[in-house]
Amino acid sequence: MHIPIETFQLPNGLSVVLSQDHTAPIVAVNLWYHVGSANERPGRTGFAHLFEHMLFQGSADVGLNEHFESIQRAGGTLNGSTWLDRTNYYETVPSNQLELALWLEANRMGYLLPAMTQQKLDTQRDVVQNERRWSMDNQPYGTWWERLPALAFPPEHPFHHSLIGSMSDLDAASLEDIATFFSTYYTPDNAVLSIAGDFDLDEARDMVARHFGAIPRGAGKPPLPDMSLPVVFGKPLREVVPDDVMLPRLFIAFRSPVFGTDEYFAASVMGAILGLKKGSRFHRTLVREQQVAAEATAFTYDLAKGSDLLVVDVTARPGVTTDALEKAVHTELDRIVSEGVTEEEVARAIALVETDLVITLQSAGDRADRLSMFTTYFGDPGLVNTQAEKYRAVTADRVNVFVRERLVSTNRASLVFVPREPEEAVGQSELAMAEAP
Amino acid sequence: MTVTTSRPGAGAPTAKPAPASPRDYHFPEFERRALANGIQLLVAPVPKLPLVTVLAIVEAGASVEPRGQQGVAALTARLLLEGAAGLDGAALADRFESIGASVEARADWDVATVSLTALRERLPDALSLVRDLLRWPEFPEREVQRLKEQRLAELLQQLAEPRGLADEQFAHAAYDRAARYAWPEEGDAASVHALTRTDVTAFYAARYQPAGTTLIFAGDVTMESAVALAETLFGDWAGVRPAPAPIGIDQAQPGKLVRVVAKADAPQSELRIGHVGVRRTTTDYFDIVVMNAVLGGLFSSRINLNLREVHGYTYGAFSAFEWRRGAGPFVVQTAVKSDVTGAAVQEILNEIERMRTAPISDDELTLATSYLDGVFPIRYETTAAIAGALANLVIHALPENYYDVYRAKVRAVTTAGILRAAERHLQPDQLRVVVVGDPEIVAPLVGAVTGVAPEIITGNGNEVAT
Repeated sequence: MHIPIETFQLPNGLSVVLSQDHTAPIVAVNLWYHVGSANERPGRTGFAHLFEHMLFQGSADVGLNEHFESIQRAGGTLNGSTWLDRTNYYETVPSNQLELALWLEANRMGYLLPAMTQQKLDTQRDVVQNERRWSMDNQPYGTWWERLPALAFPPEHPFHHSLIGSMSDLDAASLEDIATFFSTYYTPDNAVLSIAGDFDLDEARDMVARHFGAIPRGAGKPPLPDMSLPVVFGKPLREVVPDDVMLPRLFIAFRSPVFGTDEYFAASVMGAILGLKKGSRFHRTLVREQQVAAEATAFTYDLAKGSDLLVVDVTARPGVTTDALEKAVHTELDRIVSEGVTEEEVARAIALVETDLVITLQSAGDRADRLSMFTTYFGDPGLVNTQAEKYRAVTADRVNVFVRERLVSTNRASLVFVPREPEEAVGQSELAMAEAP
Repeated sequence: MTVTTSRPGAGAPTAKPAPASPRDYHFPEFERRALANGIQLLVAPVPKLPLVTVLAIVEAGASVEPRGQQGVAALTARLLLEGAAGLDGAALADRFESIGASVEARADWDVATVSLTALRERLPDALSLVRDLLRWPEFPEREVQRLKEQRLAELLQQLAEPRGLADEQFAHAAYDRAARYAWPEEGDAASVHALTRTDVTAFYAARYQPAGTTLIFAGDVTMESAVALAETLFGDWAGVRPAPAPIGIDQAQPGKLVRVVAKADAPQSELRIGHVGVRRTTTDYFDIVVMNAVLGGLFSSRINLNLREVHGYTYGAFSAFEWRRGAGPFVVQTAVKSDVTGAAVQEILNEIERMRTAPISDDELTLATSYLDGVFPIRYETTAAIAGALANLVIHALPENYYDVYRAKVRAVTTAGILRAAERHLQPDQLRVVVVGDPEIVAPLVGAVTGVAPEIITGNGNEVAT
């Protein structure tokens, strides 16, 4: 399977990736800005994400709510998302509406600030604070995705602080911050534009030049500090969080090779061996055989800078104590460190990952997003066509090199959620109170 | 604060571009066949990528469970993967996963579905495993107990999870206690506790029959190869016709009702406002779909723009008619900061009332219809989405040309039709308001705007003394 790719760059530095597919009359437009929460200054946690919300509030020639409404009226879907080191914006539209999507993206890349007002900022601040409550503060275990990076990255590291931000930092965000962030990071030379689907190459090149060509290059952004870290934590780390939850849940993060390196593919395969689907180690041992876990999964963050994280996520069965859960998980990890993984396990993981790669590439939006990602991180969208091959090259020996170096006890950062009430109080008694039909 | 209003890059287009002329789109062509034993086949050859999705749709959803056995449909479906044809659950997982095939088995309200996605060259091996688990499941006692425990763990977790709790308590509040829809799709703690292996094997024997089963193929497969494969694997599956389903799945509990599910110190209130809706087979379907898009179905809908973009009360607010064979719920859902709970409920009630009392504008109509019309091809990019669309045809016995006429039917909806649908299908005097939140803050607020004293209950459904 091979995706066709054409690239070019505008004089203002905008990288453009084009990938045709005429199967259906739809086209995806995807923009990655190489800025995320890592670029926030002290006292402004959550700003990159709040800023993402402001990009949907109109620009010089686009009114309030007009961005969403125009795309929906055109029969398209759209959204944006913020991550530790990038922010993306995307639309999938009927192919005859390509120029609308490009115009909207170019208008906010070039001419956002005239549309910014204090009232819009105040409203979006409220919306984002409600997003924080909804996704974290009012959800069992919801704070894990703020706490785990805080535990796994040292305090001065750009990945340490909260992506969604603290309520007080969000309160402090001002229109001046908007203007500064915009002129520093939302520039064509700090962005990648990908177009995937049903379009004409010459027409697309022409439209991109017409809409984005006049936007001036930026003055350069402040460099991120050196983000490299030792390969292991050096000692076990552990934080216990009493929370409004019914069952203990354990996250363990391992420092892991950065996304895209040869070692990364071994780490990614190890993640699949540990926690992808029912044939995985953890499902087989902890969920099925020992029955200490209700659920067990593993994944990598896929961070391309400094250090990646491999994370295992295991929730206890009712009646299983936190201690018993932790002991069972560490015992399994220790067994893998001493015995290694088998070729069969590696083959299973690669087979599943390969199918997933094909499934993902079905949709124009996902294709465009992958192209933007590989261009932003590595300057090479063609890497999208080499992923399956890189996975297939992973052997048990290579995974075991990773295992012996990284799964060791000195590279485990444990985040342990425990029910606030004593554990004995929950379980059967609570369930027995539920009424019968 | 001053911001620059100059246009540093003069020359870029300022006016919204007009669309080019649209290219035609047709939903993927599919053909239907029947095997001699009654199995129906629907095959949509889509050779875009070397991938195939197969769905086996079985008449074994929660709606046909015997009385008192809520959850047996879901438990039976999940247990298919836990032992069949001499292989235990771990061995089955290994067989599927070592060829990169992903398989799931679940039951929803209407049917049970085994879904398989595999690379083209792996399809025969993967589908023969699906044959094993559909025809020769073993339901080992140990796995029955384990999956029951797993469901009970989920229910326990839900007591601390406001969204799931709100959904469950809304269903309780909207439906009559005798209606199956009043109880969770996968059963509640009491019903799941009581389920036995005998219940499972009896449900399987009664409901997993070739007559009433449909195999849907979508992806890189030809009609001939799909038929040949189905004939080889399922052609000799003999069975009996399933008995008719028990009745009584969707009766409403009449009257108004306001209920607060107590979650002390909750920073937000999870809100569910609605009532029993309408069956999927209603002739008002397209009017309702467009009406709901305007009310709360789209990001640019009235409810979302009001609650999120005007007031900043929430991260998002949506409404939906849930389409089932029986009358599924109509529900508005959102999560708002605790101290604005009363104001948010009031805005939602106002928007429901406004929908019924005045026609929507032409601008609102065209926003909703052009969205639903235009987004149609975007919905069917994947083999899983195409197979799912065909499953929808099967489950609701929709006309064969349903996807060919869908867009024209959407475009034919009028503001008068929407007003009529709103008058008929939005029922302010039947609204249930369910709030999961801090009772001390929200009960007085919600009581004041609804004029109904809220019942306060715990997550288990028990009443809290007030």
